Amino acid sequence: MPELVHKNWLIVVLLALGVLILALLPRLVSNYVISLFIVLYANVALATAWAFFSGTTRYISLATAAFFGVGIYALAILHVHVPLPAALLGAVIVGFLVALVVGLSTLRLRGVYFVVFTFGLTELVHQVLNWWEIKVNRTVTRYIFADVSNVSIYETLLAVALVTILGSWYVSRTRLGFALRAIGEDETVARHTGIDTTRVKVLCFAISASVMALVGAVLALRYPYIDASIAFNNTWSFQVLIAALLGGPTRPWGPALGAIPLVLLSDYLAGTFPHHFGIALGLCFVVIVYFLPGGVAPLLERTYRRWAAARASGTWPPSPVAAWLKARLARLNALWRM
Amino acid sequence: MILFEVFLGGLLLGGTYGLIALGLNLQYGVARILNLSYGEFFMGGAFTAFFTITLWKLNPLLGGFVSLPIAFAVNWLMYQVLMIPLIRRAPDQDVLDADVVLVTFGLFFVMQGLALVGWGGDLHGYSYLSTGVPVLGATVAANRLLAFLGACVLASALFLVLRRTRFGGALRAITIDPVAASLVGVDVRKYSALAFAAGGALAAASGMLVSTFISFTATIGVEYTLKALIVVIMAGVGRVTGTLAAGLVLGVVEAVGGYLLDPALTIAINFGLFMLVLLLRPTGLFTRA
Repeated sequence: MPELVHKNWLIVVLLALGVLILALLPRLVSNYVISLFIVLYANVALATAWAFFSGTTRYISLATAAFFGVGIYALAILHVHVPLPAALLGAVIVGFLVALVVGLSTLRLRGVYFVVFTFGLTELVHQVLNWWEIKVNRTVTRYIFADVSNVSIYETLLAVALVTILGSWYVSRTRLGFALRAIGEDETVARHTGIDTTRVKVLCFAISASVMALVGAVLALRYPYIDASIAFNNTWSFQVLIAALLGGPTRPWGPALGAIPLVLLSDYLAGTFPHHFGIALGLCFVVIVYFLPGGVAPLLERTYRRWAAARASGTWPPSPVAAWLKARLARLNALWRM
Repeated sequence: MILFEVFLGGLLLGGTYGLIALGLNLQYGVARILNLSYGEFFMGGAFTAFFTITLWKLNPLLGGFVSLPIAFAVNWLMYQVLMIPLIRRAPDQDVLDADVVLVTFGLFFVMQGLALVGWGGDLHGYSYLSTGVPVLGATVAANRLLAFLGACVLASALFLVLRRTRFGGALRAITIDPVAASLVGVDVRKYSALAFAAGGALAAASGMLVSTFISFTATIGVEYTLKALIVVIMAGVGRVTGTLAAGLVLGVVEAVGGYLLDPALTIAINFGLFMLVLLLRPTGLFTRA
């Protein structure tokens, strides 16, 4: 690692400066902007955690909302009895354990079955919890009594998002990250080369889920009260999935990149035109599959490399966007005509 | 006696579930496309029936003459324009499935969003044939009975087409092995597109039938997509009679479970059954191991 830092010292300095600016931001901007950034950090952390497992192994999970909701409920139940940090830790542990159980029982399903199962899981937990609250606790809501300022939530989520991105980047350079990628390439081959695929999958699924639970628990501190429809809202699963795929789930910094436009779009549309946000989200899915199969991050890397090469050789490249669009359209056209 | 009535109600409901799932099974079994926007065509069929009786003051079933051709055409176009490039570029079924899941989820969001913008999020419903009919000593609503009989007629028609015609033979050949089918001269793309389109039309037809006895919103599609999926996975991909049987099982389990436990738990019972099947027998209950 020191060698890596030494080689890219400029990038490291710039990143540190960026983080410093973000950390000081709450002193400069309005409460509204702070709230916007809180949602952004939550999405960045969730999308990065999602891509850490699903992006590399290609097990597309729609259970983000399930683990997120588990975190919310864990905090809501625990924070009345124990100090806040302990409640947050409890949420992480509960998320990890739930994911362990789910992972052990489901990760042998592949492809469509896994997608649909995780989607159903969120609904199942949602319905059962809702029923339990009405039947047993005779109320659908739970109140949050924590008195935490917006700035503290901002700082906590910034830290969570940064640690998630750095952790994801670090793991991608270790044996574990290599094993994850091998599973994504071809699981049978991975197993035959001696990777304990079940252990790797379940462990990473649980790690990713505990981050989701933590984000849910921290965000819950902002709400005066919670209920099952707030905690287990499927929109989270889809928005996070889109953010990761748009940004590029194969790069540690890709999901963060994808989360930015989506959070801005959702902030702009969700309040005034909630239905239009659904349409925009849907169109994003379609555009990603047909035009951005790897996400934006690999595309940016390629463009940067081409640009650097052209600058080194003294020729300025023609508009990369036009060239890329032309290539994609030609490819689609060829597929239609075959 | 009440339990028998509940059971009978579940059986009737299960018949319509079977029909809903038949369309999806046609799409997934023959064309190998898991269409997660499937329920939106169900929703479209239900809304067409609603507007037929409320706006045009006609029999809601006449709405089928509008909704079925539209659903057929839209699904045919969906296959030819959106799915063909994905099928061509995918190296294997896993990659294709992932792409298809994303695209059809996207279409689901777009169609549901358009419906919400156009028709709002309110509950819609109308009264049609809501009188009681005695069946085997129990009383059932006429509209439910009609939906069940409609489902039986459509399912038997589909069964006969698949078993007795050249066209059906080609579809069955594709279900078993698309590559082998193309080797013996079946135009796989053409027939897959037709099967996919017919599946969409079945979704609209079941939406029309079910809308006679439930109230619905523009967001109802996803619930029926999942129900259809549960039935298809229970039945095994590409099976007609198995699909109907699995539909009946789901209907009965839902009705009896809801009656014995709590009506608020029916969706949870649905998903619980589904997960059980996925975990224990992911290839389907009605398939030979």
